[in-house]
Parts: sequence; C-alpha cells; structure tokens
Amino acid sequence: MAAISEVAVEANFEDLSDKKPLGRVVLQLMRRKPLGTAGAMIVIIMILMAIFANFLTPYDPVANSFAAMTVAPGWEHWLGTDQFGRDLLARIIYGARTALFVGFTSSIIGATTGLVLGVGSAYFGGRIDLIFQRVMDIFMAFPLIIMALAVVSIFGTGAQNVIIAITIPFIPRCARVVRSSALAIREVPYIDAARANGFSHARIILRHMVPNVMAPYLIMITSFVGQAILLEASLSYLGLGVQEPTPAWGLMLQGGAEEYALSAPWMAIFPGVAISLAVFGFNLFGDAVRDVLDPRLRSR
Amino acid sequence: MSQYIVKRLLLTIPTLFGAAILVFFLMRLIPGDICELRLAGTGGYFDETALKICQHEIGIDQPIITQLGQYLSGLATFNFGNSMWTGRPIVQEISLRFELSLMIAILATVTATIFAIPLGTIAAIKQDTWIDYVVRSFSIAGIAIPSFWFGILIIFGILFSTQWWTGIPWMPPIQYRSSWMSWDNISNNLALLIWPAVATGYRYSAVATRMTRSAMLEVLREDYIRTARAKGLVEQLIIRRHSLKNAMLPVVTVIGLEFAFLMGGLVVTEQVFNLNGLGKLFVESVTNYDYTMTQALVMVVVAVFVFTNFVIDVFYAWLDPRIRYK
Repeated sequence: MAAISEVAVEANFEDLSDKKPLGRVVLQLMRRKPLGTAGAMIVIIMILMAIFANFLTPYDPVANSFAAMTVAPGWEHWLGTDQFGRDLLARIIYGARTALFVGFTSSIIGATTGLVLGVGSAYFGGRIDLIFQRVMDIFMAFPLIIMALAVVSIFGTGAQNVIIAITIPFIPRCARVVRSSALAIREVPYIDAARANGFSHARIILRHMVPNVMAPYLIMITSFVGQAILLEASLSYLGLGVQEPTPAWGLMLQGGAEEYALSAPWMAIFPGVAISLAVFGFNLFGDAVRDVLDPRLRSR
Repeated sequence: MSQYIVKRLLLTIPTLFGAAILVFFLMRLIPGDICELRLAGTGGYFDETALKICQHEIGIDQPIITQLGQYLSGLATFNFGNSMWTGRPIVQEISLRFELSLMIAILATVTATIFAIPLGTIAAIKQDTWIDYVVRSFSIAGIAIPSFWFGILIIFGILFSTQWWTGIPWMPPIQYRSSWMSWDNISNNLALLIWPAVATGYRYSAVATRMTRSAMLEVLREDYIRTARAKGLVEQLIIRRHSLKNAMLPVVTVIGLEFAFLMGGLVVTEQVFNLNGLGKLFVESVTNYDYTMTQALVMVVVAVFVFTNFVIDVFYAWLDPRIRYK
C-alpha cells in the first residue's frame, strides 16, 4: 500500500516537470536576467581561476623573492609584488581557492544543518519548537567576532576553524527561514496522509517536507557564499583566520598594507578589488536565483 | 498594548540568560588561563604555588558551578565586578570605550539614513531609468565592498590628497576626547569619528537603500495610491504622506537590525583606524583570558541586540494592530 502511493506521487512529479532542453532554459534565463548572468560569469571565472591556478601564473604564490620586493605593476608582475617579493596576481589567483573553499563549505554545511533543524522544529512543533527558537535567538544575538575568537582560541587558526566560526551563525538564519516555510507545509494534507500511513518521523521530514522547502534553502545557500567570503576576509584581516603563507585575500590586506600606503599602494588595492568582485558576483547571482525560485519576488 | 510589551519583554530573558551561559562555558573551553599567561609574561620558570595563589586570588580555582553562580547573581544585580586583567571595575573600563563605539555607530546610522531613504525613494519612483540603475549599482557595490577595505581606501585617500595638497601626509587623530564642551574637542572628535562612520556606514546605507526601494515599489502598486492619484492629489503628497509612511516599516526594521549588528561588528573598523573602542577591548580581553571582561562585553553587545529587537517589535505592534492580537 505504502509503496503504491509513493510511486504514484513520484509519477505525478515526473509529469509536472517540464521537458525543455537544458540549453534553451539557460539561454532564456540569460536573456531575462542580464545582471544575474554577469554575476554567474564572475563566479564561473573565479571557479576556473581556482581550478587552473597552476597554469595561469608562472609565479609561486608562497615563495619569497628578495630580489623583487614591492615592485610596481608592470610587464614582469602585472599587479606588482608585496614586501616579500611575492607576485600579487599569483596570490590573488591562488587566493580564489581559499575563498571558494571556505565560502562553499561553510554555506553548504550551515544551510544544510539549518534546513534539517528548521524543518524538524516546524514538524514537531509545540515545546520543542519553542525551545529551539530560543536557542536560535541566542546564536543570532551572539556576536560573530567573539564566536570566531573563541573558536580560534580553542582549536587554533586555520581554514577548517574559520569554516566552523562562519558556519555557526549561518545555521540559525537558515533554520528560521526554512522553519517558516515548513510550518505552512506541515498543514498540507499530504503530510497527514504520510502520517496516517505510519511513516517514521525521519522519513516524513526528509522525503516529504525537505524537498518542499528546497527553494528557500537554495536561496539561503547562494546568499551565504558571498557573505562567507566577506567574513573569511575580515577574520583573516584581523589575524583570526587563515594564516601566512597561505594565499588569502583578507590576509594580503593585513600584511603591512597600511605601512606601505605611500610607497606601494597596489598591495592594498588589488586584493580588495578581488574580494569586492567575488562578493559582487555571488550577490548578483544569488539575487537572480532568488527571483527565479521565489515567485512572490519575481516582479520586483 | 501593555500586555504585549510585557510578554515581549519576558521573551528577552531566556535569550540573555542563554547568551550568558554560552559565553561562560565558551571562555572556559579555551585552554590555559589568565594566571598562566601572567606568570609566563614574567619570563622563564614559574612554580606551581605561585600559580595556585594567583588562581585563588582571582577565584578561578573554585568549582565551576560556584563561579557560574557568582557570575549569574552578579549579572542579575548589574554588578559586573572587576576586570581580571587590569583589576579595575569593568563598568569603568567599558564606559570609557563604549562612548567611542556608540558615537561611531550613531554617526554611521545617521549618515546611512540620510543617504538611504531619499536614494531608495527616488530609485523606486524612477524605476528602470538611469537614476534607478545608478542607485542600484551604488547599493550593490556597498554590500560587496568589505568595510575594512573601504576604510583602508579612505585612509589612502586622506594620505594622498594631503600629501599632494600640503606636501605632508596627514592622518586623522586617534585620541577620543570624552568631553564635547569646547570647539577644539568637537572638531577633534568629528575628524576622528567621521571616517570610520563613513567606512561602516556605506554598507549600512546600501542595505537600507535596497530595502527602501523595494518597500516603496510595493507600496506604490497599492490600491490606495491609485485612489489618491485618482482623486487628483499632488504627486509630492502621494509620495510623502501616503507611500513613504507605509514603506517605512521594513526600512526601520533593517536600520534597527543593522545598528544592533554594528556594535559587534566595529571590531574590524576599529582595527583599521587604530581606535581604542569596544572592539579592540573585545579582542584583548579574549586573548588575555579575562573571563569577567569578556562576559560583560558579550552581555553588553547581546543586550543592545536584544533591546533593539524589542524596540522594533514594539514599534511594529504600535504601527500595526494586527500583530498585537495574534
């Protein structure tokens, strides 16, 4: 009995999904969302930069070269070098790896944890929901920098701990949004039907509720990536994030950018441009994703 | 209404309590303590008895439950105690720096609001014209540019322009004067505060501009705006009295929320401008294992956040009776 109803539901979904070729859908979207397309381009370029970093630059981003310290931008070094003679372009290209790694991991882990917690809280309701909401309030109110400082003091610095520090504040934000969508879904008859069929809580949550809150979940992920890159840069700039000599954009701004303000201003300018462009790209892309997935906001 | 306020006020207690517990245990999870750090600072070898005496004096040798009890009862009576690191009363230490950070936050809010509301309104009225596109790019850029980098750029701008203008690079002062009574102090403080305020305010105003624009767009499509137009009302009155007032609700929320986040987020900006505010004290107190100071600071930031949220909710309920009776 249970098996038959499951199959029927899936068959219905098959019929509903449109069968247009993927290429045409993408082209249509590109025409309708020029800004989102520009954002996607930046994101794709950044991903390519991170993957092919070894082939894009002849310079080592880590090795010092005392013969070429604070060289101005030119033919030899397109964006100049820093106080240790490291090529800035090479460090920016390799820095894309750090930024993307931290950005994607922390937003996916944060949003997914938030998804499960938010749907679970909405599904069980009552006292569990109330307690859960208060706990989320605490984490929302808790200053991020203190969380990061504490995480770094407990576990030490490094990329993994930056990810922990950034993930924690993402969880309650995603959980909240997902929970409010899930509350509406809980009242829908097919959840009652699933319950009447005697399905387990885990099965109802994961197979019947989670797929229906995918839209807010994906919106949250895309909006988190840009924020995560920004947070990673801030933490690294404060000396709480990724450590030297790893190439990371925030770290490049920390390393004496202000001391060399008058003699080598390029050191402080280009990494900032990289951060801004990356966040800009992800934000534009995220806005477009939100417009497409959330029909209520489509016209804005 | 008063019933709603009381209910809402009671809801803030668990949040404050939870944050207090969280910071208490978080700090004690960090390996090491203030005494080890202090004795290590004196150099070389230190013996166990000195460590024990130091721990006893500060009171961190007591069982964790006792410490928690003392801390919570202190909080309940607003008695934060002394800083473990400097030995001076925490209230005194914080109030010195709180003013500076609060001033930056207020100035940033004022700058952000002054720009955001007119820009957002114009962009909404002139939707899809070049004005709209300029405003939108301004606000999208504001969200993407990290505030600490914008701060660095501002410093660069000041350095280069003064170098070019007078031949000597000039930097804004970094010493905040707590008295605003003389012209000299006022100009000093403004020269000090305005740049960090602009650096943090840009992002802030970008968020508020986007919110104003989308809220205005929504309101302008409402039926009562069409009615107002149909009865021949002057366009200016429609904008000011009928649209802006109704669009302000989400804008006020965003401004309030950003203000609450600003208090915690000033750490980076203070680092850039080398200011001795709450943010710097935060970093110092965590790295010094100054439990009492960190706990007090977290409570200040969380309290500002919770209080701002409370004010927003009450404001909402006051404006919109439907919320009160839910």
